[in-house]
Amino acid sequence: MSHLSAQVREHAQRLVELYPDRRSALLPICHIAQAQDGWLRPEAMEEIAELVGVSPAEVLGTASFYDMLYTEPVGRYVVAICTNIACMLDGAYELIEHAMAMRGVGLGGTTPDGLFTLEEAECLAGCDMAPCVQVNHRYVGKLDPEGFDVLVDDLRAGRKELDIPAHGVLCRVEREVGLATRAMGHAGVAEASKAQIGQGSTQGTGRNHLEDGSGAN
Amino acid sequence: MALTDSSPIVTARIGHEDSHTLERYLATKGYEGLRKALTMTPEQVCAEVNDASLLGRGGAGFPAGRKWSMLAKDRERYLVVNGDESEPATFKDHLLVERDPHQIVEGTIIAAYANQVSQAFIYLRGEFALGLERVQTALNDAYRLGALGADIFGSGFSLDVVLHPGAGAYICGEETALLESLEGKRGFPRIKPPYFPAAIGLYGKPTIVNNVETVSNLPWIVLNGGKAFAALGEGSSTGTRLFALSGHVRRPGAYELEMAKTTFHDLIYAPVLGDGIRHDRKLKAFIPGGVSAPWFGPDELDMPLSQDEVGKAGSMLGSGSVVVMDELDCVVRAAWRITRFFWRESCGQCTPCREGSGWLEKIMARIERGLGREEDLDLLLDACDNIAPGLSWPPQQTTICVLGPSIPSSIASAIRMFRDEFLVHVKEGACPFG
Repeated sequence: MSHLSAQVREHAQRLVELYPDRRSALLPICHIAQAQDGWLRPEAMEEIAELVGVSPAEVLGTASFYDMLYTEPVGRYVVAICTNIACMLDGAYELIEHAMAMRGVGLGGTTPDGLFTLEEAECLAGCDMAPCVQVNHRYVGKLDPEGFDVLVDDLRAGRKELDIPAHGVLCRVEREVGLATRAMGHAGVAEASKAQIGQGSTQGTGRNHLEDGSGAN
Repeated sequence: MALTDSSPIVTARIGHEDSHTLERYLATKGYEGLRKALTMTPEQVCAEVNDASLLGRGGAGFPAGRKWSMLAKDRERYLVVNGDESEPATFKDHLLVERDPHQIVEGTIIAAYANQVSQAFIYLRGEFALGLERVQTALNDAYRLGALGADIFGSGFSLDVVLHPGAGAYICGEETALLESLEGKRGFPRIKPPYFPAAIGLYGKPTIVNNVETVSNLPWIVLNGGKAFAALGEGSSTGTRLFALSGHVRRPGAYELEMAKTTFHDLIYAPVLGDGIRHDRKLKAFIPGGVSAPWFGPDELDMPLSQDEVGKAGSMLGSGSVVVMDELDCVVRAAWRITRFFWRESCGQCTPCREGSGWLEKIMARIERGLGREEDLDLLLDACDNIAPGLSWPPQQTTICVLGPSIPSSIASAIRMFRDEFLVHVKEGACPFG
């Protein structure tokens, strides 16, 4: 009985096929496993290991390097307040203090109702909307303490469900096309290209760019 | 020096609400650069990029054409587009990713064609959730349009592009760390040499790594010619560039400006750009190119935004991000926060970086809290010297990548420019700015 749903496993399988080396799918699959559970459960990591051909320890060792991958449970909403230089100049630490007082949690802590995890983030590349906050990696900019309270109320009341899905859900757009080409394997694109050039394509390269095109891993 | 009225290259579309859609893209010359490129030979496309003297827009400023020329063309090879923008105060790629994803896709295809690559990857910072959705949508659109996949626009050229999400690690912006990450590993920068992934890159194969803004320039360069691009700017700083302005200005934002024709003063004070310091306060200091860059003060305001000029003055244009601090900002606190960033983001492979950043952060924190000692200043500089010997510019390398030697920049700048302010912290036992 697998822990990951059939749908997630199928998606993972498609991800594996996108890369010349299956291990490359490790991070993308961690993301979709996290979308299922909100964090990376040990059972999920075991399955990911099997999918990409490494040991579960290697999945944990890799995932734990990255800030976005959680090997312990977090709240439905991870609220990350950037305190780096531009946001600090615009009151980010004051915002963090406000958030901690209001939620009654420390940095990295989760509220008892399991709704919110509060984090101090490094630069989120939103310095023109300082102080910049992300909730589950969706931007909320120029937040003062009052704005923060409104945001929290909205999240609690479920008024942001469309914009801000539960933690772990990252990219809601899937690759839809080009999969057939990919299914031919990594030599597939090359072969298709070769065939075209062989048929005397008039435009373009002047020479076959894929002389060694069979080099699929 | 006046602002030039050259029209924008990479932000031409973003005034439109729907700038990210295929409809808008096609209505504004979208994929015409690619169509033209496919009628040229790959060598001709490379020649245009060489003529443009396009410098990489990721931070190091290495000429894109020269990078391409180093790629071994006799074996399987890859193109990787670096969209892992994480240098603090840098938010220009973020804008391009969300607002003009098709331009990135078209630039990627042109770069792949020029280098005769059949497999490309766009590595996007994982925190760009909306950006990931927009770029994947653009890729799906491009496939349907025939701009991607087998036999692109009937040219015989085929390419697959995979969008790869990062997972939160500053160091993955370093190109060899990015490749490790793309291989499904920790983002540990690789030992050099080889210095360039063009020799040994992804899966050990020759690989070109280009920044998102760099490839975004390619459709325009192909359509208008490399010489037209090189006619903009001055010296080796050609074309336009996105400058991300933040801190205490009235109008923070990412502004596309002709290179070397605008000064820092213009960027910070011009009404259409930064519009001056908030509350009419005085400028205290500014960071000219990301937090790895040594700081400048009011004396350097008239310097043009030119890679050469800023380099000669002992700093760098780097990632093109300018942070403005005013007279009421505490420079000790600013330098402490930047140091804390490097400490948190050090990958931990090299001792000078891993240990040095932590010690520096602790000493800076204690000074900021009013618990410092006068001798701490020499201690800081001594520790900085251990990470980047001589504190010269560009810094000397003691570590695998440049993260380590970037750490001393802010501390050394703050002590050099504002030694008295450190001493006030020590003597008063508190931060004078509260």
